[in-house]
Amino acid sequence: MMEDFEPTVVAFLCNWCSYAGADLAGTSRLKYPSNIRSIRVMCSGRVDPIFILDALKEGIDGVLVAGCHPGDCHYQSGNYKTNRKIKLIKRLLSELNIEPDRVRFEYISASEGQKFATVVTEFVGRLKEMGPSPLKEACE
Amino acid sequence: MTGEKLKFAFYWAASCGGCEIAVLDMNEAILEVVSAADILFWPVAIDTKYSDVEAMEDGHIDVCFFNGAIRNSEQKELAHLLRKKSKVLVAFGSCAVTGGIPGLANLSSRKGVFETVYLDNASIENPDGTVPETSSRVKEGELTIPEFFDTVDTLDQTVEVDYYLPGCPPPTALIMNAINAILSGELPPKGSVIAPARSVCDECRFEKSEKRITKIKRIYEVEELEDRCLLEQGIICMGPATRGGCGAPCLEANMPCTGCGGPTPNSLDQGGKMISALASVLGIDSEAVSSDKEVEAMLDRLIDPVGTFYKYGLPSALIKRRVMKE
Ligand code: SF4
Ligand code: SF4
Ligand code: FES
Repeated sequence: MMEDFEPTVVAFLCNWCSYAGADLAGTSRLKYPSNIRSIRVMCSGRVDPIFILDALKEGIDGVLVAGCHPGDCHYQSGNYKTNRKIKLIKRLLSELNIEPDRVRFEYISASEGQKFATVVTEFVGRLKEMGPSPLKEACE
Repeated sequence: MTGEKLKFAFYWAASCGGCEIAVLDMNEAILEVVSAADILFWPVAIDTKYSDVEAMEDGHIDVCFFNGAIRNSEQKELAHLLRKKSKVLVAFGSCAVTGGIPGLANLSSRKGVFETVYLDNASIENPDGTVPETSSRVKEGELTIPEFFDTVDTLDQTVEVDYYLPGCPPPTALIMNAINAILSGELPPKGSVIAPARSVCDECRFEKSEKRITKIKRIYEVEELEDRCLLEQGIICMGPATRGGCGAPCLEANMPCTGCGGPTPNSLDQGGKMISALASVLGIDSEAVSSDKEVEAMLDRLIDPVGTFYKYGLPSALIKRRVMKE
């Protein structure tokens, strides 16, 4: 695998928790890889599976979705639904011979700057191991 | 106006023949069509040759109804030829519009399909392991057949399409609509899907409530089917993600919608939409039952996500085929 492969990651972050968590990671000067492009959403439940499929189709190497912890979603159930959506997408990807690990869901609260940094670091590491998305060629 | 009859053509590519029957299902109404139109080319019904089409001037055919997906070089060639010779090209039926059942071959490849059909098949005896070759030498000379592709495409991934008539096959009422619109010259804007902008749920005899399901069931596993929304009884019904126009006949027969109407208007991906719908009804939203293990156990009962969510439309999905890795 290419030594210097830098994966491109899109991260959908819930406004109320994970986005604030990412912010905290920043203000606390925690180190994490710069591969992620963050998109703030009002709730992880706003993340339509089509956003994820479209991102992958465009050759994005990994998609991270992060929302409030169980019981904390500001809209009651957005995070539960998203947890199920992501699990369904992973199953779909497996059948399409695409590594399901390219899509990841995490609960990250506003106070978990450290968790945010760890998740991003781990995820980018895992994507480096996997190499570029197999869908990349198709878009070039 | 006499002598001003419209010129029609019909063609079939990768399809089952059902679309041809759907045209005949117009019954007597077809006689009106025939009195208003001349059918110049229709391989299933009249003896015309490809060379007859080649000999036509460009744009000579007024309307061509093209059914079937594109999975080999002959179909691709005919798509280009008929596009050139037709003023209006209509993608007719799921296979032409979204890829249809043949599109599920995008889970495999030419090699995989040939293996299943010609080699690894209980009812086939093929000791020499012969599979189709585009060209073979026999003592009389060279024989050629069309090339079979790895990937099935829709018609509009091959040539420009003017109108879409979805359905497997398109419902007679929608065919009549389209033909009447053509005969009266009142066609919708180019690129339109000639079907209503609503979902199958909107046409279904059942009403969706807010009921949750805790188990995905196949229809045979339901002991006593209740007279209410099938999705809310645990049966995967593609109604929420599928364009209506059919009048939901499957639900009339107590069978779930399998999605032949294609994606709902303005939806980029039928499967993506269904994943949303399913994720919303599946399981109870509380910490106690949302443990990952429980969710996974529920999803284990979804045997074939691609075949369920894209039964008629894998080639037109955002991710249109299984990744082929050597
Ligand atoms: S999900 Fe199926 S059964 Fe339920 S309302 Fe929609 S079409 Fe009807
Ligand atoms: S209910 Fe669904 S599967 Fe049945 S005809 Fe309508 S769109 Fe097709
Ligand atoms: S508000 Fe944060 S996941 Fe719903």
